[in-house]
Amino acid sequence: MNKKTVQHIALLANLKLSNKEIEKFQKQLTEILDYVGQLNKVKTKEIKPTSQVTGLENVFRKDEPGPSLSSQDVLANAKKTDKGMFKIKAIFEQWS
Amino acid sequence: MELNQLTIQEAREGLKKEKFSSEELTKACLRQVKKLDKKINAFITVCEKEALEQAREADKIKSDKPLWGIPIGIKDIYSTRGIKTTAGARVLDDYIPVYDATAVKRLKEAGAIVLGKTNMDAWAHGASGENSDYGPTKNPWNLEYVPGGSSSGSGAALASAMCLAATGTDTGGSIRQPASFCNLVGLKPTYGRVSRYGIIAMASSLDSIGHFTRSVTDSALILGVTAGQDSFDATTPDIPVSDYLKNIKKGVKGLKIGIPKEYFLSSLDKDVKKTIEKVLEKFESLGAKLISVSLPHTSDALAVYYIIQPAEVSSNLARYDGIRYGFPRDRFSDEAKRRIMLGTFTLSTGYYEAYYLKAMRVRTLIKEDFNQAFNQVDVLITPVSPTPAFKLGEKIDDPLKMYLSDVLTVTANLAGLPGLAIPAGFVKGLPVGIQILGPQFSEELLFRTGYAYEQATKWYQRRPKIE
Repeated sequence: MNKKTVQHIALLANLKLSNKEIEKFQKQLTEILDYVGQLNKVKTKEIKPTSQVTGLENVFRKDEPGPSLSSQDVLANAKKTDKGMFKIKAIFEQWS
Repeated sequence: MELNQLTIQEAREGLKKEKFSSEELTKACLRQVKKLDKKINAFITVCEKEALEQAREADKIKSDKPLWGIPIGIKDIYSTRGIKTTAGARVLDDYIPVYDATAVKRLKEAGAIVLGKTNMDAWAHGASGENSDYGPTKNPWNLEYVPGGSSSGSGAALASAMCLAATGTDTGGSIRQPASFCNLVGLKPTYGRVSRYGIIAMASSLDSIGHFTRSVTDSALILGVTAGQDSFDATTPDIPVSDYLKNIKKGVKGLKIGIPKEYFLSSLDKDVKKTIEKVLEKFESLGAKLISVSLPHTSDALAVYYIIQPAEVSSNLARYDGIRYGFPRDRFSDEAKRRIMLGTFTLSTGYYEAYYLKAMRVRTLIKEDFNQAFNQVDVLITPVSPTPAFKLGEKIDDPLKMYLSDVLTVTANLAGLPGLAIPAGFVKGLPVGIQILGPQFSEELLFRTGYAYEQATKWYQRRPKIE
């Protein structure tokens, strides 16, 4: 894994890394990927992937309303609120 | 014996006969916390006032419910209404849930008293407790050693008698390994047996919700409370919850125990190996049959785990943006960042097939290995960890070395199997455990197997002397 890949992955993961961190993670992630690369030796051509172990599929419940959190509870941990809503920083630039 | 040293079973008996009150029991635990926790660092939050109120309430009402008036520790990854829940991470330093996890709700309804929230590796990432943003927890058997992780505080709190039981989560060994390092019984139930609702997600296809107790009977008692379908977690099947205590004393005569040769690694500590051999001899003398079996893909399990688990971690930790609760992403510490990066990479375009899809295919092979083994035997017995507890600082700067600590436990998570870790002896003054693995939903058999050995050896009666 090169430095550029580390930077790209950090961008995808919404993490800000210092140059020192990029260097450290480059080395450590390369080591870990080398280790997990041992799976290349396992023959899996005809093998189906396992993504879950319960065997349950399409689990539905009755569409009945039940108790839910009050808006006060929902907002209880927010750093900023406004008129019963979460207040966040602008994510689009204003069009003039 | 001091009240805080009792098993749940003993405490229930004492409460019933009014030898002591829940308030006295709870106070004894709180005294121990005050006396020792500066050294051990097992709790992130202690709920003294609330616990004492609950205890007094329990004394007033009286009930036969299984955990009535019993003080327990809750791993700080379980949402607790009105009590700060951090998952060991500063990202959630001020997060106060507005609802209880299903497991917490069920424990409370059964009468358990929440004494406090236990320390842990941040986001449950770790095998030593050292990744906690709230400082490492120490092993009560020797303060220079780790208690294991990620449920480090739960293991240490119970081993140092600050509570009568404690909850944990096991995604790759995070209950079984600290149980083994602390001379405790640790249960990782079948995937889906206990609801994950309200428990901060680490790797959603692997997370199992279990607990630490002093005895096998106590473990069975708690599972009877927490297990069962939950409409808030679609991975909990509609399979009846057994009476786990009913057949616990039936013994192991004629039981076929498989010994998977691949678990006796060349890196397995010699004294640990000797300990396991003695355990097997004991089982034989109790009437069990030992059968050598092979799980050929064992050596690939850790690689599969360190692809699938970080992939699921990267997805689960994507939600932490500091908007609705908690703090922004710059508060993530190193191990979380490492796993987010690793998972994001193996899921990204161009690498998905080579890493993630490949790992899911090998996961199938690992599962099939177990299916075949359970055609021949009833349960498997293996070591929990290749070594006893290691020293604080020994592995913390080498992530891959730390990951290798999980090599014998991740298989059960990949296959969704239940595993019961029980005390098996000591090596140089440090506890060693074994794990009993069984087919999905075979917890009743695991308790029966564990109970037979526990009663024949009584390792659990040994308690650490903490200076």
